[in-house]
Amino acid sequence: MATETLVAPTGRGQRPRPGSRRLRALTRSTPLVPAVVLLGVFLLGPILWALYGSMTNTGLTGYRAAKPEFVGLDNYTALLSDGDFWKSAWLTVVFVFLSAVVGQNVLGMALAVMLRIAPKPLASVVSTLVVVAWVMPEIVAAFALYAFFSTDGTLNAFLGWFGLGKTTWLITFPLLSVILANIWRGTAFSMMVYRAALSEVPAEVDEAAQIDGAAGWQRFSRITLPMIRRSISTNLMLTTLQTLAVFTLIWVMTGGGPGTQSSTLPVLAYQEAFKFSQVGYGTAIATVTILVGAVFSVIYIKVLKPEVD
Amino acid sequence: MTTLDTTPVAPASRAPSGSGTRSRHRGAGMPTVASPRRSTGRLLSSLVLVLVAVSFVVPLAWILLSSVDPAATVSVGVPSSITADNFKAVLTKDQTFLPLWNSLVISLGTALITVVVGVLAAYPLSRYRMRFQRGFLYTILFATCLPITAIMVPVYSLFVKLSLLDSTPGVILFLAASSLPMAIWMLKNFMDSVPVSLEEAAWVDGASSMRALGRIVLPLMRPGLAVVLMLVFTQAWGNFFVPFILTTSAEKQPAAVAIYQFFGTYGSIAYGKLAAFSILYSVPVLVLYLLTQRLSGGANALAGGMKG
Repeated sequence: MATETLVAPTGRGQRPRPGSRRLRALTRSTPLVPAVVLLGVFLLGPILWALYGSMTNTGLTGYRAAKPEFVGLDNYTALLSDGDFWKSAWLTVVFVFLSAVVGQNVLGMALAVMLRIAPKPLASVVSTLVVVAWVMPEIVAAFALYAFFSTDGTLNAFLGWFGLGKTTWLITFPLLSVILANIWRGTAFSMMVYRAALSEVPAEVDEAAQIDGAAGWQRFSRITLPMIRRSISTNLMLTTLQTLAVFTLIWVMTGGGPGTQSSTLPVLAYQEAFKFSQVGYGTAIATVTILVGAVFSVIYIKVLKPEVD
Repeated sequence: MTTLDTTPVAPASRAPSGSGTRSRHRGAGMPTVASPRRSTGRLLSSLVLVLVAVSFVVPLAWILLSSVDPAATVSVGVPSSITADNFKAVLTKDQTFLPLWNSLVISLGTALITVVVGVLAAYPLSRYRMRFQRGFLYTILFATCLPITAIMVPVYSLFVKLSLLDSTPGVILFLAASSLPMAIWMLKNFMDSVPVSLEEAAWVDGASSMRALGRIVLPLMRPGLAVVLMLVFTQAWGNFFVPFILTTSAEKQPAAVAIYQFFGTYGSIAYGKLAAFSILYSVPVLVLYLLTQRLSGGANALAGGMKG
């Protein structure tokens, strides 16, 4: 700390004096140490461990748990020829696309726009309800939605008023149910991001277009949307990655079933590891999932080039 | 938060063109040609919003109504009589207090560690220019995006190897590490908006950088700190998957896992108790969210921390 007080640092962008440069750089980066250690042990650690673990035949209990063997890429070759895996990968794509990219984003944007037009009391009731669904613990939301979709649940009771018979939503349409559930649960995030983005669009631009005779939809699609495109792409990416990791909602509502009809990749990884005791195989699925996430993250960073200084 | 039924919606939607809210952006002195169209737009969006409100309120109402219903089912319905028995039944040490206490320990521990470590890391990243800075920040951003819950299987086997399974500190440290990237990123952005000139004055007066951080920067970014603290706490409080995998003994399990075990065992017969416990478990984070909103201007502060 002594060097800090002798040469008052004047903040960003200034070149340090040559002599004490190395020492200063060291002192300055000391506060980063706890973060680096924590991230290294508990985040990088599991990822590296996953790479290694996916190349073993580790079991959950018994001999294979104590003495796993190195099996190279066997798990991955098994994975690639496993129908369940490809089915699960496809379910994941559908789940993420329909519930995050389409559902949460479109509904979130629609809500953000409508909340600006609607009468204030109504707007605040709606936004409160949407946000409550998002703030409450995921497992509580999952139970509430399980009840909503279950055979004797509210949805069927409601449809019964119109003379429609009971549908076993969670068994006949498990993926649709969890997609709708995830939209219910997660739309608040997109709504808040888009509300903030819309409030930063200057009203003058819109007014100018209005004077020029642009209709409401034209103004929205040609002016407002392009002006908030950064928020849109950021939000698309974040909701995609959040949805890729969804486990609790699916696990509570359908358990991935019936069979593997709604097992997205995180659920499948769990089932393989803890139901079928194939920890090595489950780890390989986890590794693939995190790789998919990594690819998305890189695309996101490359395309959006967030400022990092 | 307690009046979650639809009654307040109806009177509001009946007055789509009334009230004084229209003057928000377009000046009130400009009731242009577009006026009639705008009021149809208003009516339409009000109708859609009422529908949205109903579909969001129904699952929430199920929890509220079932919790006071002596004969709750999976379907939402007005209870024939109101009872506090469900709450009384779950308000025991094993059922509620111990799991909630465990949740509190885990969430508070996670939030405090994350914010302290995050602030320490954000300070040099915000105030100095270091050689590895860009790389470090890109790594942080990258880690923010990774679907961490997807790797719980390898985390489990790593924790077995490290003998950290079924240890509360283990859960806390993992949760802290997984929320750290987002926290560092947000804290750095909040810190960037605190002008550096104030610290320069302190430096000239001989204060060390850590002193300047504690006495000048942190007090000025209190709303940002509150937002991050709330966010991390809420995430940890609501996290089911991590403690579900990493804790095995009942007396260490937080509420999220306890409620799942409870439902698995008695769920099909005890919806009322499930709902009552859900409320006891949800209310703390809902209150916390409201408090943070008051403190920080809510959504905009969140968005500010996530810029870029």
